[in-house]
Amino acid sequence: MTKHTSSSSQSTLGREELLQMYRDMLLIRRFEEKSAEMYALAKIAGFLHLYIGQEAVAVGCLSALQPEDYVISAYRDHGHCLARGSDPKAAMAELFGKATGLCKGKGGSMHFIDAERNFMGGYAIVGGHLPLAAGLAFALRYEKRPQVVICFFGDGALPSGQTHEAFNLAALWNLPVLFVCENNRYGMGTPVGRGMVLYRDLVERAKAHGIEAEQVNGMDVLAVRAATERIVQMIREEPKPYFMEALTYRYMGHSMSDPAHGHYRTQEEVREARKQDPLVQLKGTMLKEGTGKEADFKQIEQDVEAIIKEAVAFAEESPYPDPSALHEDVYTETSEQ
Amino acid sequence: MNLSYREALNQAMREEMQRDPRVFLIGEEVGYYQGAFKVSKGFVEEFGAERVLDTPITEAGFTGLAVGAAMAGLRPIVELMTFNFGILALDQIVNNAAKIRYMSGGQLSIPMVIRGPGSAAHQLAAQHSQSLEAWFCHVPGLKVIAPATPQDAKGLLKAAVRDDNTVIFIEAQLLYGTKGDVQEGEFTIPIGQAEIKREGKHVTIAAYSKMLRLTLEAAADLERDGIDAEVVDLRTLKPLDVDTLVQSVQKTGRLVIVEEGWRFAGLGAQIAESVYSTAFDALDGPIVRVTGEDVPMPYSRPLEDLAIPDRARIIQAVKQVL
Repeated sequence: MTKHTSSSSQSTLGREELLQMYRDMLLIRRFEEKSAEMYALAKIAGFLHLYIGQEAVAVGCLSALQPEDYVISAYRDHGHCLARGSDPKAAMAELFGKATGLCKGKGGSMHFIDAERNFMGGYAIVGGHLPLAAGLAFALRYEKRPQVVICFFGDGALPSGQTHEAFNLAALWNLPVLFVCENNRYGMGTPVGRGMVLYRDLVERAKAHGIEAEQVNGMDVLAVRAATERIVQMIREEPKPYFMEALTYRYMGHSMSDPAHGHYRTQEEVREARKQDPLVQLKGTMLKEGTGKEADFKQIEQDVEAIIKEAVAFAEESPYPDPSALHEDVYTETSEQ
Repeated sequence: MNLSYREALNQAMREEMQRDPRVFLIGEEVGYYQGAFKVSKGFVEEFGAERVLDTPITEAGFTGLAVGAAMAGLRPIVELMTFNFGILALDQIVNNAAKIRYMSGGQLSIPMVIRGPGSAAHQLAAQHSQSLEAWFCHVPGLKVIAPATPQDAKGLLKAAVRDDNTVIFIEAQLLYGTKGDVQEGEFTIPIGQAEIKREGKHVTIAAYSKMLRLTLEAAADLERDGIDAEVVDLRTLKPLDVDTLVQSVQKTGRLVIVEEGWRFAGLGAQIAESVYSTAFDALDGPIVRVTGEDVPMPYSRPLEDLAIPDRARIIQAVKQVL
C-alpha cells in the first residue's frame, strides 16, 4: 500500500449502519454545540476544545472497531469518546464537574476516560499520549491478543519528539496501532506550514520511520470508514503500525478563548470548509442512494435532541463531588503483597 | 546469604518475573549488554527478548510505552540507565504515570516500577551526578523508594513490583558492589516503613541510600567520643514513615537529617517540617540538615568531595545539636 488518497466511498454498508453513523456524528455535533452554550452560561469552565467539523474522523474510524480494541486521544476528545459509545449524560456531567461524570468530575473536558469501553483517555500534553498508544499496542502484542489500538492526535503533535519516539518504537516492534493524524490545518493558531517544513505531505513523516501511511478525506465519513476497515484488517492479520492523515477542519476556534475564525484564518476559509460538511455529505449520499429518507433524518434529529436535553438535565441535577473525593484515587490499595 | 546490592536487585527482579508473566523489563542495554551496571545479568537468556527489551535511547518513548502497557494490565519494570536520563521521561512520569489514576476517577491504575541509579558516583560531572528524589517525592501519585542495603534492595524491589501504583526506585552506583546479608527464601519488605539501623539515645540521624552507610560510619566515630547516635534508615521516602522518626526523636530529643541532594527545597526540608509539625515538643533543639551543596556537580575530585556530605560534616552536625 503506497500513499494514495482514499476519496469516496463505494458504500457497502447497510442502511442501518449508515443511519447509525449519521446519528453518531449528529450526536457529537449537538453535544459540542450544547457544550459551547453551557460554557457561555458558565456551567462549564476551564479549557473546552470543540470537535465540530471533524466528526467524520472519529465516527469513520471508531465504527470500524470492535469493543475490545483500544482508543486513545488528545485533548479534543469529546467526539472520540462519544463515538466510542460513552454515555452522553456522564460526558456532560464530567464537563459540569459533577460526581456522576465519566471520571467523577476529576478529569474534565481534556481528560475524558471510559475504561469500560477501552477509551483510554484524552491527554493534554501535545505528543505525550503517542507513547501510551504504543504501550497499549505493546501489551496486545505481549499477550498475543488480536486487538488493535487507534490513536488520534492533531497535526500540531507531529513535530513533537515524543511522537517520533513513539513512531520509532511502534515500527521497531511491529506494534498493532493505527496512528490517526487529524490534520485540521492548525496547531492552535499556527498553520501546519509554519510548524513544519515538510507540511504538504504529513504521511512522509511516518514513512520516514518505516510506517506505511496514507491520506484520507477526513470530511467524508465513508472514506474514513472504508480506509480504517481496510487498515485495521491488515493490522489484525499482520501486526504493525499504520499512519492515516485525515484531512479535516474545525469550524470553531482552537478553544473557547478564541472566536470561530480568529486572526489566523479568514471567514472565507471557514465558509469554504463548511461546504464539505460531513453530515451534509453523508445525508446527501444517502438520500441520493435511497438508503435514507427525510423522515429518517428528522427522527434522528429528534432523538439526538432528546439525548442532549437529558444529558444537560442529568448534569444539572447531579451533585458535585463530596469533599472526601479530593484525596481519593491518588493511590490505589495494592491488591497483592 | 551474603549478596551484593546488585545481586539482590537481580534476584528480586528474577523472582518477580518468574512469579508473574505480566512483569517485563525494559530499558537501554538491559538485555544483551546485561544492563549498563549488570543488574539484569542473565535475564535475556532466561526470559527471552520478548520480556527483556533493549530500547533505543529514547527515555520519554519507552517510559511512556511502559505507562501504556501498564494501563492495559502489564507490570513493567523500566530501567533508567541513570535517573539523570529520567529527566527526559519526566513528562511521562509526572503527567501520565502519576496522574492517570486520579484523572480517570480511579478507573485506571499504573502498576509500574521505574528504577536505576541516582546520586553521584566518582567524577561523573554535573549531568551524571544528581540526586533528584525530591522532585519525584513532590508529585502526588508516585511512591519513592531509596534502599541502602542488599536486604532492603531485594525486599523493597519485590514489594514495588507487586504494588499497583507507580514506584520510583532509586539505587546508587556506588552501592551496587556493596555486600550484606540477605534473608533466605521468599520475602518482601513493606513500602512505607523506615528501619532503625543503629539504636542510640543521644541523637537521631535520619538518612537513606548511599548516605546511610556514611551515617553509620559517622555514628561509629561518634561512639568513640561517647555519643550514642540512633540511625534511622528511611528506606521509603514517600510515603514517609513519620511515626518511626517521631518515636526516635521522642527518645533522643535531637534530629540530624543527611541527604546528598541539593539543600534548597530538598527532601530534608520536608522531613524536618513533618517532624516539627507533629513532635515539636519532643525536640530539645533545632533540626540540623547535612546536604549536598547548591552547585552543579564539579568534575575535579577535591571540588566534588566538597559538594557531597562526608563523615566529618555529619559528626559536626551532631555535635552542633547536642
